[in-house]
Amino acid sequence: MSGLVNPVVLRITLRATLGRKRALIFLLVPLVLILITVALKAVATSPVWPAQFLGVFGFSVVLPLTALIIGTSVVGAEIDDGSIIHLLATPVNRTSVVISKFISAAGLKVIFGAVPLYLSAAIARGPAGKLAVGLLAGALVAAVAYNALFVLLSLLTTRAIAVGLLYLLVWEGLLGNLIGGVRVLSIGQYSVSVANSIAKSPELNAHLTLATAIIMPIAVSVAALALASRRLSTFALKGEAV
Amino acid sequence: MNGIELRNVSRWYGNVVAVNDVTMTIGQGITGLLGPNGAGKTTLLNLMAGFLAPSRGELTVGGRPSWRNPEVFRTLGLVPERDSVYAFLTGADFVRSTARLQRLPDPDAAARRAIGMVDMAEAQDRRIATYSKGMRQRIKVAAALVHDPQVLLLDEPFNGMDPRQRLQMMDLLEGMAQRGRTILFSSHILEEVERMSGTIQVIVGGRLAASGDFRAIRRLMTSRPHVFLVRTSADRALGALLIGRPAVTGVELTPRGLQVRTSDFGSFSREIAALCRDGDIRLREVLPSDESLESVFSYLVSA
Repeated sequence: MSGLVNPVVLRITLRATLGRKRALIFLLVPLVLILITVALKAVATSPVWPAQFLGVFGFSVVLPLTALIIGTSVVGAEIDDGSIIHLLATPVNRTSVVISKFISAAGLKVIFGAVPLYLSAAIARGPAGKLAVGLLAGALVAAVAYNALFVLLSLLTTRAIAVGLLYLLVWEGLLGNLIGGVRVLSIGQYSVSVANSIAKSPELNAHLTLATAIIMPIAVSVAALALASRRLSTFALKGEAV
Repeated sequence: MNGIELRNVSRWYGNVVAVNDVTMTIGQGITGLLGPNGAGKTTLLNLMAGFLAPSRGELTVGGRPSWRNPEVFRTLGLVPERDSVYAFLTGADFVRSTARLQRLPDPDAAARRAIGMVDMAEAQDRRIATYSKGMRQRIKVAAALVHDPQVLLLDEPFNGMDPRQRLQMMDLLEGMAQRGRTILFSSHILEEVERMSGTIQVIVGGRLAASGDFRAIRRLMTSRPHVFLVRTSADRALGALLIGRPAVTGVELTPRGLQVRTSDFGSFSREIAALCRDGDIRLREVLPSDESLESVFSYLVSA
């Protein structure tokens, strides 16, 4: 594994990603999540509000959105501004570039997505509660699978954010609720199902078995990263406007 | 096999042909890739660096194809034209990072050496964001040189440099060429290529228009027919005088003035003043009507 992670790529990616203005959104989204949790704790009367709020807002808004922003910026932003050429004009292994980018994205996602979600659940139900631990586990699944997918997307298209949003809204949000079969191919469902296996809360709206929710995201991530590194090794630069 | 070989290389995007059936061999020493903007120079360099697949033809660097072969960068250095460096890094950080990506045994020493070569030691601890365009250019060259490559490709390397930096960069490249390196740089400015002497490859409209010794191509460029627009107090009278001169191959009366075609630029420019003085004609304006680089290039294509 160590040969597949390039510390130079990792370091440059983290600095580039955190240095952009976009990085403020990384902070803003979790901050809003925690603030709402604190407010709800003060006023909410329903006993299941933490699972309802964190399950819906956390898993269908916060996690996919932060993943979308982070996952597309670790590769996409460098392709957009052309700085990726300085990485690629070296003999560095293309797969290790993809893996390093993915690991930086997933790591940032854990800090700015999974940890705040855990904190919110801890504020609502206590730090060792089933809900907090369950949500953390689910969020880790989301961090891995979403980022693998979005790293791939930003190598496939320059409109990765738009395509990613379409996937989230139409595939996961709309079709996932209407057609049962779609859920087997929904990263959102993998993560809530893992969360639910620990938290045991019907409000999480989980529909998959634990085995499916563990095997599928691993398969999806490996496939996405394999495709991404194939794509990067045939990375083409266009010349002057012709 | 230390050079770059292109055999019948073409590259097209949909219906647009960017590089058209180019065959060339770039060997040791400095070669200038000259051509107007949009001629396909960057496309050619991207093909050589393996950032584009040839649509047709064969391309090798050091005997191996560069497409889908990142290993080629062990012996190849690339200085891209786009000014997109990691601006948040210091110059030294950037060059050291490249040295580590190259897996050099002593990246710090290699970075120091490369930074010294481009004379950036003083500014190396500043963030690249604070650099001038010329400094960015030099730090990019340092990064491309850090592994002491056998082949160096530079896309418009002199852009944004002041004359002193330009001379220094030329000296650096000449020094590398003397040590047996293969250096190819692109430019749309004739004078830059002239100063570096050596061989040139002229690209126009994606085609190889001329190739070889610079002086021979330069002679071809100066001996081509020139067209001038001349405005005087008596166009017809001057026209009659001009057509009697051997250097003049054609005269046409136009509403805007006399259009004069000459095969000998030097004698024409000496004679026209004397003719006017002797004929008591007032010379108002002499305008070269085809002096743009594009017209020089298009002449070369048809030559």
